[in-house]
Amino acid sequence: MRMIAFFSKNTEAMLASIGRHIALVLIAVGLGMAIAIPLGVLLTRHKRAAKPVLALAGTVQTIPGLVMLGFALIFMGIGTLPALAVLTIYSILPILRNTYTGIIEVQPAYKDAAKGIGMTKSQVLFKVELPLALPAIVSGIRISAVYIVSWATLAGMIGAGGLGDWIWTGLATYNTDYILAGAIPSAILAFAFSAFIGFLQKLLTPRGLRRNA
Amino acid sequence: MIEFRNVTKRYGPNTVLHDLSFTIKTGEFVVLIGPSGCGKTTTLRTINRLIEPKAGTVFIDGKDVTKQDAVKLRRKIGYVIQQIGLFPNMTVHQNISVVPKLLGYSKEECDKIVHDLLALVDMPYEENAHKYPSELSGGQQQRIGVLRALAASPPIVLMDEPFGALDPVTRDSLQEEVKRIQKKLKKTIVFVTHDMDEALRLADTIIFMDKGRIVQMASAEEMLQHPASPVIKSFMGKHVGHESPAAILLAEDFMKKKVYKVYKNTKTLESIEMMSKREINSLVVIDDDETYLGTVSIEDIKTRGRAGRSIAELINPDTMTVGRKDDAKEALDKLLSSTSNYVVVLNDNRTVAGIITRTSTAKAMGEALWGDLSA
Repeated sequence: MRMIAFFSKNTEAMLASIGRHIALVLIAVGLGMAIAIPLGVLLTRHKRAAKPVLALAGTVQTIPGLVMLGFALIFMGIGTLPALAVLTIYSILPILRNTYTGIIEVQPAYKDAAKGIGMTKSQVLFKVELPLALPAIVSGIRISAVYIVSWATLAGMIGAGGLGDWIWTGLATYNTDYILAGAIPSAILAFAFSAFIGFLQKLLTPRGLRRNA
Repeated sequence: MIEFRNVTKRYGPNTVLHDLSFTIKTGEFVVLIGPSGCGKTTTLRTINRLIEPKAGTVFIDGKDVTKQDAVKLRRKIGYVIQQIGLFPNMTVHQNISVVPKLLGYSKEECDKIVHDLLALVDMPYEENAHKYPSELSGGQQQRIGVLRALAASPPIVLMDEPFGALDPVTRDSLQEEVKRIQKKLKKTIVFVTHDMDEALRLADTIIFMDKGRIVQMASAEEMLQHPASPVIKSFMGKHVGHESPAAILLAEDFMKKKVYKVYKNTKTLESIEMMSKREINSLVVIDDDETYLGTVSIEDIKTRGRAGRSIAELINPDTMTVGRKDDAKEALDKLLSSTSNYVVVLNDNRTVAGIITRTSTAKAMGEALWGDLSA
């Protein structure tokens, strides 16, 4: 078949793009976690700030990806950096929301017990709240990663590289082979990320929590 | 020794603790009890500073608790809450050794503590130490909750309705275990409950609270015999009612068996004559097969009755009745609330057993107190 011939002819370039795509996702989600998890914890300590902050993050999320990339292009120019900035912003909300609700929904009895037996505030956080919220947080990361795999294809438009390049080239030249060479691997990547994080989630959830998870 | 001195707590305009002062002796098992919202849990939580009072001071062994670091203070005081207080992400071993670990005990010391404590409640180490709370029954979970509170050998243990969510059988055995452990390890235990049975069973001293004040602080016997207020009495009544003599009295204990009955076909004049001869103003009317139909009063006959007719059409079926095996309290309630001055007591087959009047009640009471009365 023509497509398979195309793929085998361009294997090396495609693998490079897949690698770059994965790197984009990992960096964006990693940065998103680094921002969203501490911020989510902070919001649980200042619940009055939580509502406006989550609302703001939700609003940003609704801005179409192309518009955001347009802004990034205007203010930061072309290249990997503006693309990563946009992807990071998109990765924040699911993680932030799940961290916040995950911790808020830890039953008050556990927090009361933890405090009552003499844990400091940070011990309550690290020994009780975060472990109990972990399944929720990881599922936020999973949602984020799957999103970012697809958003990252858009980022090819402003020169981030990755599988998006193939799709944009294909669209510009009406070449289906190029489009599929970008679309099929990115769809597989989305599934792979979801499955991998799902596996991690099971691994990280303590046995005691699995039954009701 | 735990001492409350003029402790007051307010939430906004609501005062939840009013100037509490009392002392709990070392090694004493004290139960705080009272209706919900009485301040018992708030009182408990001021001891380990989960709640800070607005005014007044709590002293433990003469030292003001607010002058101590709250975290260090809490590590020296065991704390047990309702069923779900065990950390679900930790095993039994980890849950029990959580406080010793916070205090920096070595791994060996922690292991020994877990072994010893599990043995104390007959839960084999190998079988249980590495289970998660969700793999245990409710009763076992709460046993571990108690053990966790004991792990760092605190002299004081606070328990906030620890057995409220358990079934009665499990609750019984846990109460026994806690009492046994308390005696064996000589702990001072402050225990919150709303269950008077539980309080009577466990407490050396019961503190009864209502609306943020102490109504009575006394031993279980003292409180049973001399409840200081109607609220306490009602608590006792609800929970130990079946043990008090008043509850086993039946309607038949208060009735007099001599009842003036007439068949429904009796003529009006004959009925009047019966009543005037016996100086009474009403009669119990029965059917031909002796079953109860109602009553007829002298007024009814005088106003509506006609000479030569039977009393059948004058029967008043609305007079209060009780079964002879009914609770006496029900009979007396009916007697006091009804307009007529008697209640008819019926046998199971609806024949008349007797009637309860104010006089028959007084006589029964008198006999219960002083034996047979002459009149």
